[in-house]
Amino acid sequence: MRVQLIRLGHARSGDKGDTANVGLIALRDEFYPFLLREVSAARVKEHFKGICKGEVERFELPNLGALNFLLHESLGGGGTLSLMTDAQGKTFSTALLRMEIEISDDEVKALNL
Amino acid sequence: MKEKIRIAAGQGFWGDLPDAPVRQVEEGPIDYLMLDYLAEVTMSIMQKQKARDPKAGYARDFVSLMKRILPACVERDIKVVANAGGVNVEGCAAAVREVARELGLGGKLKIGIVTGDDILDRVDSFLAQGIELRNMDTGEPLTTVRDRIQSANAYLGAAPIVEALNQGARVVITGRATDTGLTLGPMIHEFGWAGDDWNKLAAGTIAGHIIECGAQCSGGNCQYEWQSIPDLANVGFPIAEASADGTFVITKHEGTGGRVNLPSVKEQLVYEMGDPRGYITPDCVADFTTVRLLDDGADRVRVFGIKGRPATDTLKVSISYSAGYKAVGTLVYAWPDAYQKAKAADSILRARLNRLGLRFDQILTEYVGANATHGPLAGEPSPDLAEVQLRVGVRGDDRNAIERFTKEIAPLILTGPPAVTGFAGGRPKVEEIVAYWPALIPKSQIMSNVEVIEA
Repeated sequence: MRVQLIRLGHARSGDKGDTANVGLIALRDEFYPFLLREVSAARVKEHFKGICKGEVERFELPNLGALNFLLHESLGGGGTLSLMTDAQGKTFSTALLRMEIEISDDEVKALNL
Repeated sequence: MKEKIRIAAGQGFWGDLPDAPVRQVEEGPIDYLMLDYLAEVTMSIMQKQKARDPKAGYARDFVSLMKRILPACVERDIKVVANAGGVNVEGCAAAVREVARELGLGGKLKIGIVTGDDILDRVDSFLAQGIELRNMDTGEPLTTVRDRIQSANAYLGAAPIVEALNQGARVVITGRATDTGLTLGPMIHEFGWAGDDWNKLAAGTIAGHIIECGAQCSGGNCQYEWQSIPDLANVGFPIAEASADGTFVITKHEGTGGRVNLPSVKEQLVYEMGDPRGYITPDCVADFTTVRLLDDGADRVRVFGIKGRPATDTLKVSISYSAGYKAVGTLVYAWPDAYQKAKAADSILRARLNRLGLRFDQILTEYVGANATHGPLAGEPSPDLAEVQLRVGVRGDDRNAIERFTKEIAPLILTGPPAVTGFAGGRPKVEEIVAYWPALIPKSQIMSNVEVIEA
């Protein structure tokens, strides 16, 4: 079944120039393997279609049960140049949590979701 | 040598809760108070202030803060480390000295002054030497904006702060120093860590990263179970309780609001993160994939296991330059069909701007309440939305064009779609844009200076 990331993770986002970073953290340690398996850089790029105009990079932090994504060319020029309400990418965190990922019914049961 | 020190964060940015540093001093034991005042474009604002008044160009808030807390700091042996000096560190130190004397503390404390970060006068000489100061994000050479530069500063690390503390400074004031260096400096000074003890330097750096945004690691802006975070009205700012072995505990004063737990610290760890394996500072390269966290009781998180690598041979430089003008106009449309009305108003506005022949580098329309933050991810707005704010921004080099744009917003009220309001603020203001240019420079080009004066 499809599960929305907000049930599996929490997140914080910020900016570096025109790049937004989103750190996605598993709500429980046992959720991390599913984030790792399903939330690829390509999926995130597709999710942010029309918002992220550049590449998406993904980094793994198994020690924190977290993934870090860099979304390049996403902030309308970034910093003071940007005209966006969210020029610092602060709300990209929950925008990512809107994503739905596929988890089998058995896995959902095992995770007690 | 102390085995343990408590370093308290008092400001997450210039303009953070004014009483937070006072409460850090008064509401529990601390050894150091660290204060971060400099955002990326703050230096250019200070540069302008200094051009008007040679005595200005630093964070004046810091001087009024010192007036409130200096006696307690002297009495309880608390040291203060702040990058409040902006582009006039000496001026800031002189003002603090004056305050100390007014408080009867003349001769009772030393002030450390760290300079050498300001390289505005040396930019041409660097370019002549072939140091291009290319934009780290875009790769463009600095020559493309050379005539529009307003400030240029290299980020100094912990080393000069350590030197000032070693010379007995009670208050250390820097210009552009890294946020993390303000926390790492006291640790090196107290624990005598070697300059190549990369693991410990990385640990101090990551401690600095966790507390440098103030309450953002102690319950503020925290998504994890945010509804149950207690008493944010009374939020406690973070404290790093550091040990000589390079481990530390993140905590806050007893009796304050907010929450320090594993999720709150994890959220701050990933904040503004690039490649987690290589967090580069002047002092070391810290590896965030080695950070281990342990719940250490109520409002306490133990951090250990951190590994670091040798520092690079470059320093980051922050350059600010004038980049044209912008203005943002807003109007609010009410039910029914609030979103449709706002969209219609935007089309009318754009048609009028076109007819006027106004050209902008960028024009952006957002619909606050419908999709301004999440864009297409928010889905199609409901026709039943109670209200939508139309928000139109323009940017360009021609100030007159931007100025003309600001006169086209209010007329939409009487000449556009109905049920519109929200113009109480008057015409939008034209804002001069000061943009940020990050670059790298060889470390060998930058010499920091440390001077310690008696108050």
